[in-house]
Amino acid sequence: MMELLLFVAATLRITVPYALAAAGASFSERGGVINIALEGIMLNGALGYILGAYATGNPWAGVAAALVAGVLTAALHALVTVYFRADQITSGLGVNLLAAGLTKYVLVAVFHSSSNSSRVPGLDLVTGFGLERIPALGPVLAAPLVLLAIALTLGGQWLMFRSVFGLRLRAIGERPEAAATLGISVGYYRTLGVLISGALAGLAGAWLASEQHSFTDGMTGGRGYIALAAMIVGKWSPVGAAAACLLFGAAEALQITLQGSRFPSEILQMLPYLVTMLTLAGLIGRAVPPRAVGVPYDPERP
Amino acid sequence: MSARPRLATALEIAAPIVAVGLALAAGGAFILAAGEDPFAIYALIFRQCFGTGYGLGQTLFKATPLIFTGLAVAIGFRGGLFNIGVEGQLYLGGLAAALAAVALAHTPAPVPLLGALVAAALAGAGWGAIPGVLKARFGAHEVINTIMMNFVAFSLVAFVGRRVFEIATVRTLQIPAAAELPRFDVWLPALRGSPANVALILAVLLALAVGYLMFRTRFGYAIRAVGFNPGAAEYGGIAIGRTQTITLAISGAVAGLGGVNFVLGYKHFFELGFSAGAGFLGIAVALIGRNHPLGVIVAALFFGALSYGGLVINQRVPKELVEMLTALVILFAIAVQQVMERAARSLR
Amino acid sequence: MSAPVVALRNVTRRFGSVVANDDVTLEIAPGEIHALVGENGAGKTTAMRVLYGILPPHAGHIEIDGHTVRIARPQDAIRLGLGMVHQHFMLVEPMTVAENLTLGHEPAAAFGAYRAGAAQRAVEELSRRYGLAVDPRARIRTLSVGAQQRVEILKALHHGARVLILDEPTAVLAPQEVDELFRVLRGLAAHGTSIVLITHKLAEVRAIADRVTVMRAGRVVGGGALTSLTHDAIAELMVGRAMAPLVVERTPGVEGVRLEVNDLEVFDARGLAAVRGVSFTVRGGEILGLAGVEGNGQHELIECLAGLVHARGGTVRIDGRDAPRGTRARFAAGLAHVPADRHRRGMIEPMTLAENLILGLERDPALGRGPGLDPAALARHARALLEAYDVRPPDPRARAGALSGGNQQKLVMARELSRNAGVMLVAHPTRGVDLGATAFIHRRLIAARNSGRAVLLVSSELSEILALSDRVMVIFDGRIVFESTARATDERELGHYMTGGAGATA
Repeated sequence: MMELLLFVAATLRITVPYALAAAGASFSERGGVINIALEGIMLNGALGYILGAYATGNPWAGVAAALVAGVLTAALHALVTVYFRADQITSGLGVNLLAAGLTKYVLVAVFHSSSNSSRVPGLDLVTGFGLERIPALGPVLAAPLVLLAIALTLGGQWLMFRSVFGLRLRAIGERPEAAATLGISVGYYRTLGVLISGALAGLAGAWLASEQHSFTDGMTGGRGYIALAAMIVGKWSPVGAAAACLLFGAAEALQITLQGSRFPSEILQMLPYLVTMLTLAGLIGRAVPPRAVGVPYDPERP
Repeated sequence: MSARPRLATALEIAAPIVAVGLALAAGGAFILAAGEDPFAIYALIFRQCFGTGYGLGQTLFKATPLIFTGLAVAIGFRGGLFNIGVEGQLYLGGLAAALAAVALAHTPAPVPLLGALVAAALAGAGWGAIPGVLKARFGAHEVINTIMMNFVAFSLVAFVGRRVFEIATVRTLQIPAAAELPRFDVWLPALRGSPANVALILAVLLALAVGYLMFRTRFGYAIRAVGFNPGAAEYGGIAIGRTQTITLAISGAVAGLGGVNFVLGYKHFFELGFSAGAGFLGIAVALIGRNHPLGVIVAALFFGALSYGGLVINQRVPKELVEMLTALVILFAIAVQQVMERAARSLR
Repeated sequence: MSAPVVALRNVTRRFGSVVANDDVTLEIAPGEIHALVGENGAGKTTAMRVLYGILPPHAGHIEIDGHTVRIARPQDAIRLGLGMVHQHFMLVEPMTVAENLTLGHEPAAAFGAYRAGAAQRAVEELSRRYGLAVDPRARIRTLSVGAQQRVEILKALHHGARVLILDEPTAVLAPQEVDELFRVLRGLAAHGTSIVLITHKLAEVRAIADRVTVMRAGRVVGGGALTSLTHDAIAELMVGRAMAPLVVERTPGVEGVRLEVNDLEVFDARGLAAVRGVSFTVRGGEILGLAGVEGNGQHELIECLAGLVHARGGTVRIDGRDAPRGTRARFAAGLAHVPADRHRRGMIEPMTLAENLILGLERDPALGRGPGLDPAALARHARALLEAYDVRPPDPRARAGALSGGNQQKLVMARELSRNAGVMLVAHPTRGVDLGATAFIHRRLIAARNSGRAVLLVSSELSEILALSDRVMVIFDGRIVFESTARATDERELGHYMTGGAGATA
């Protein structure tokens, strides 16, 4: 029983960054902007956390820095795709590449190592509600970013489907011309959607960095792409995306649990990626994206 | 009608040049931040890469795999597909080449080399075909799948490697001499010491072959038709799924061959991590080269120079700057292209 | 006359070197139904887009009630009392009528929450006020085209439109739905709303409009009250020359059956039955016209006959033999296909004219040796066709995307007619095509028929169907509900069956 709870706890731990990134990504894509840049945003967010926590000794400064880093990185993607109307996938790849290079550059400049940063403090658990005393699951449920992730996912769901903002965003993702002729600024809402995804993916990076207490080169390890796949599986809703992330989180937790068993570790490492590919293959046909996603909106040639 | 194609071609060439210029300017800002003079740094890179025999050789060596990966990505783009799995395909191609060469060690002269080349191409083709089939049969978008295949490739190689590498190393056995691709400095003493090798010739020949395939063959027509307008291609009787799969297989094969530059032409064995980002660089090469074989060669030389140049300046400015420059080139390239296209439209 | 409620004065708008609107002046009186007519490409839609703030003018200005105003965005136009119903509705399909109607003016609660109930009630109130029946909770994609159009009109009225601009509103409606639309428009005009009707259908202009303005090649070339202009006078203004009636020289006598369709069943992309047991034959030397409102299965029927979609049941025989699978095989078996959507299916715009002319033919041994294609052979092949079919510019290396609509369609016709196919599937051949090219295409279709080919013609222009066809059928809800010779029927009767009227033959 304890083993099962520990597995669940590990799954939740692993799911957090995926869920944040995937839930955030749904805001970008519902507005019509494919966000392959999640990987780079998470990476920059992780570095932001490290820098913030390192400079001040306060992990919450790290969280704030991660948010800023995430939003700024997303802003670059928004600039290229919404303002310049360039290809969204290539832009995302470029942003990811830039983040990879930039983070290494900063690592060398600040920590004089091209692979690791110094150690920084993580976030303390939330005490006073008794959450931390729950067996096995306590340390996870009491983690502030976990609570934040849950709140943001639920809040995001409301924002997407019950608010005026969400209505407009979804309308733009389906038929931007329709919204434009009613005076709704397509560029404004799309940019906001991308920035929201940047903020949440930045937080995802903060989680990774705070768990590890340091930054290592390439530490996101493809999670951004997996989160995108989860968003598709979750049908572009924050809650759906987060739920799908549990699937991928469980796969990764399984992989870790089996380490040291007879299974060769390299094959286990493939597990999350293979699960992603299989899921994408299995569910396409039933997953219908927003109609205008991936298509830059040009007011002169709607 | 004759005036417009010339203008269009001029814009085609101008856009990448402007993009590169902007990226170098942005990179210059980072150089300033590191306390160095951008002009001095860029001049140093240029001098070292093209001004010395050794440097030129290094530039050619670094450019060679980029021709392969740039062609591979370009083939994908022409077919309407994003082959981001070039890194994994090249990596596996290199491993396959090394293993095949070693396995054929006791066969007469051209067999180990040819066998290695065929193995590299087949490994890359297979690795590219898998996401192709997933797209054709299940409609799964190849972007995420090819990226996933990269990660799977790294794990797979690590797995296989543990069983076939030389004890206590991260590399395979030495390939037989018959499988080696000779280095240029054997004939051109000016390039002495640099690892530039015959793989470059292979790359250029392959570029010509790809150009012929794309623009002068029936299948190349089918690839481009599917890439431009799948609905019309289907109407014309072109099997979309099959064409896309073959496109990704060809793309993968070309990428796989990219591994031979290092494995057959330089170290003469496969080594973990040898690919060093050639895949993502291939995307930049394809974009700047406008998906055209000749453009790809020119762009590959440029990025090869940057790549070697990064090492040269590493004492003064971290070499990661080059990676950032590559990314900036990609971002500027697509943004500038849009600006120029809009300008061209309003001029028409 | 009182001040026009809206006027364009000396408006000029360019796209690159093309002058889409050249010194256009247009006045709309309060409460009048004003038709803006012209061929495709005459500049009517551009003028309205300038008026509605979608495009800024390069010269000239707009007046509302005699005062000069600046309309920089649709928002400004809406605020000034202009409303537009576009040809392709600006509706968000998965959302409800209420959501679409309140978009941009949503009833909101605290924290920006959307009040769906209030939106619903607002729509019900609107519906009552203007007499336009809509269900606020229905999702747009479940509504008929006529119903969607009502939603669009209601949307414009909701935003306070005093001038309602409708761009080709009857293009997608059956005759009975058109009557209903006109009833609504007359009602609105009687209450003081001005209506601007962009159309190229002169018959409708006579039926509904008070005044007309004619545009040609970007300029206003004439206009006035309908009572003072004859049909031919308007047509002559539109085209710039006296319109010759379509002369159809038919060779008498019809040959054997070339296309035989039995109990054909085809499902659409969503897996629903679109063609439910359709049977007919087409003989050599005959044009069979298929009339129907869009969305009743004709699209799926053509795609199945062309080999793009597999039939779920039934048989197709070409020249007596079972039709093989796949488009390439069907082309080889003697079929040609002029697709309904030339942009999506018929051609590849970034490719050259020469490359487009070998679509489906790239395996022809005459075009190259082995796996290769010979550019000289392609150019020769192209030049001959471009000249024969009057495609301009006749340059094999021109990009297909640079051609006008009429020339693009002639390009597709050139390719398909040169296949020497016994059976031709022709869908919407003159959609978005200027009058000159239309006449050319019609003549070529008649020539094809006269040379012994069997032609199946699908079109939404009943006049075209009746003019070209020997026999006509009507498709409704996936079934053939009516058959006749073209001479024995008329648009009224066809319209009756197109909308599911009683008396359908099984």
